[in-house]
Amino acid sequence: MNHVSHAAATPIIVIHDLVKQFGRFAALRGVSAEFVSGRLYAIVGENGAGKTTLLRSLAGLTRPTRGTISMLGTTDLRSVCRQVGYMAHPSLLYDEMAGMENLRYFARLYGIQDDERCAATITAVGLDPTLTRPVGQYSQGMRQRMSLARAMIHDPRILLLDEPFSNVDAHSARQMTHLLKQLRDAGKTIFVVTHQASQLEHAADEFVQMEAGLITRRTRELMMAETP
Amino acid sequence: MSAITNVARASLSKDLRLEWRSKDAINSMLFFALLVVIFSFSFDPTAEESRRIAGGLVWVAFLFAAVVALNQTWARELRNQVLDAYRVSPAPANALFLAKAFGNFIFVIVLETFMTPLFIVFYNLRALGPAYQLLIVSALGTWALVVNGTFFAAMSLRTRSREIMLPLLLFPISIPALLATVEATTAILTGDFSAKFWIVLLAAYNVVFTTACLLLFDTVLNAE
Amino acid sequence: MIRRTFPILGVLTAVLLSYGLYEALIGAPTEQSMGDVQRIFYYHAPSAWTAFLLFGINFVASVVYLIQRSIKADIIALVTAEVGVVFCTVVLVTGPIWARPVWGIWWTWDIRLTSTLVLWLIYVSYLILRRFSSSGQTPLMAAVLAIFGALDVPLVYFSIRFFRTQHPQPVIGGEGSIDPKMLQVALINWAGFLCFACLVCWSRYRLELLQREVEETEALEALLDSRKAQ
Repeated sequence: MNHVSHAAATPIIVIHDLVKQFGRFAALRGVSAEFVSGRLYAIVGENGAGKTTLLRSLAGLTRPTRGTISMLGTTDLRSVCRQVGYMAHPSLLYDEMAGMENLRYFARLYGIQDDERCAATITAVGLDPTLTRPVGQYSQGMRQRMSLARAMIHDPRILLLDEPFSNVDAHSARQMTHLLKQLRDAGKTIFVVTHQASQLEHAADEFVQMEAGLITRRTRELMMAETP
Repeated sequence: MSAITNVARASLSKDLRLEWRSKDAINSMLFFALLVVIFSFSFDPTAEESRRIAGGLVWVAFLFAAVVALNQTWARELRNQVLDAYRVSPAPANALFLAKAFGNFIFVIVLETFMTPLFIVFYNLRALGPAYQLLIVSALGTWALVVNGTFFAAMSLRTRSREIMLPLLLFPISIPALLATVEATTAILTGDFSAKFWIVLLAAYNVVFTTACLLLFDTVLNAE
Repeated sequence: MIRRTFPILGVLTAVLLSYGLYEALIGAPTEQSMGDVQRIFYYHAPSAWTAFLLFGINFVASVVYLIQRSIKADIIALVTAEVGVVFCTVVLVTGPIWARPVWGIWWTWDIRLTSTLVLWLIYVSYLILRRFSSSGQTPLMAAVLAIFGALDVPLVYFSIRFFRTQHPQPVIGGEGSIDPKMLQVALINWAGFLCFACLVCWSRYRLELLQREVEETEALEALLDSRKAQ
């Protein structure tokens, strides 16, 4: 396993021997890793490798069978949930509401009452805040970008994105990648689970390869990550 | 505390807005109007009898209405896995529960308000006892059904046969509340006896189960 | 110790139940107004007491599970619910059988019978929930439902009691005090039922515990095998 060394930086997430079993099926078989802040990590691997389970464990949506996750210095993930933004393949949005309406509602969950901020976030992902069309009628690319806006609205330090580029048009994908780079440069820690590793070729700091519930390789370059 | 009211208010207004926009509720209202008509064809009593059985009939119809409302409580949240967004946020689970319970309460009360005049007409009903108490009984009885129903609807999300699971869990636990509501309604309509004990029982039922739901909803929501 | 206790308990159960049967059918005095039909009481009442006791244990086990997430507590809850429902069914069957010849009706809103019916409904829904929910959540959901059921019990009791004062109904089991010899027979049967319940619960508990241990071992094996393959 190629170990990438970083200039002295304290780890923001420490995973120790994480095991997640669903009955007899072990989605995660003892993952141990440290992740440093201010980086964009691309988590790649085949279907069933455990990428989504790892991300959901980090988000606090799935409780580990064994092992620990320490985030921002604590194992109580609920206490730091304000610092975490989550995005998945389903949009996590209400199809019947417009983009701005959706964002206004989800912002309220974080105690944010500021309409301007919602509008600014929607603009940041390249969409029009005044659009009244319900989100259900958006294209997949637009929907994913709106979902990203929802994940970012509370300005979290850590972003967890599960397959953001799936079925998304090239323009939306480029826009999202560009935005992610900007966020990373601003100091955020970003995890992107993706099948399309090439999308992040010039954006990701590190490619984390997973196979059958374990992290097998961590590399700086995409090329090396794809070599068997 | 304010976080709970803020989030609850935001969730409730969102639900009411979406319900108003979709106009699905109109279908429900037409269906239940039809139900009242069917009931009155099936049970055609004299004025004296009708006062004695109306309590039961009316509340069976209201129970149907409640189950219809309850079954779609979480439908919008299930699409696109919106519940995940909620669980990941710092918003308290209770706030979501209260918003959903109140939303259901309003919906069922609206249905009841719609069906009641129809019942009065078809059964020639007239309350011989204190009629204002009927409002109290309706409110307490509806809340009793809706508070547990919203909770069990969330529990049913993780089971097979969701639509059957909800009434299966709800009805046995609701038996004291249903009994109290029907007896109180009959008492007020016939004027034969006082509804006071039943109203007190309903109030006690509501306090006990609202507390239980508020305490345990977080556990149910965040169980995987 | 387990190896010896189980058969001893089995023998004790057999002895108590046979003695109880003899006393119930022959030994106990005949009731003056109802005649021999009343003898069903020796199965009706102890079944009810056993069922209520088992459901009480279920409630405690469910609370323990909610607090400690202990697997053993969950299994005790499952086991007592299953056996409790069986005894509850006995009460619900013997009740109408008793009522029919004596009062000419199959059902009456007798407070004990009705409370038992509601408890039966609650616990049947509990068992169905256990069967239908996805396996990760089952213990938690079931424990929550058990607590709701337990909270319901006093409310059920008071609502039916008040219902009865407004709509007087016959009381199965008769009013007033009970003949001491009859009470004795009922208690013998109760002791037999308790031992029987213990036997069945114990076996079921061991079976369930073993089953879960097997599942866990298989899961662990699957985990280690694939790790080795890495």
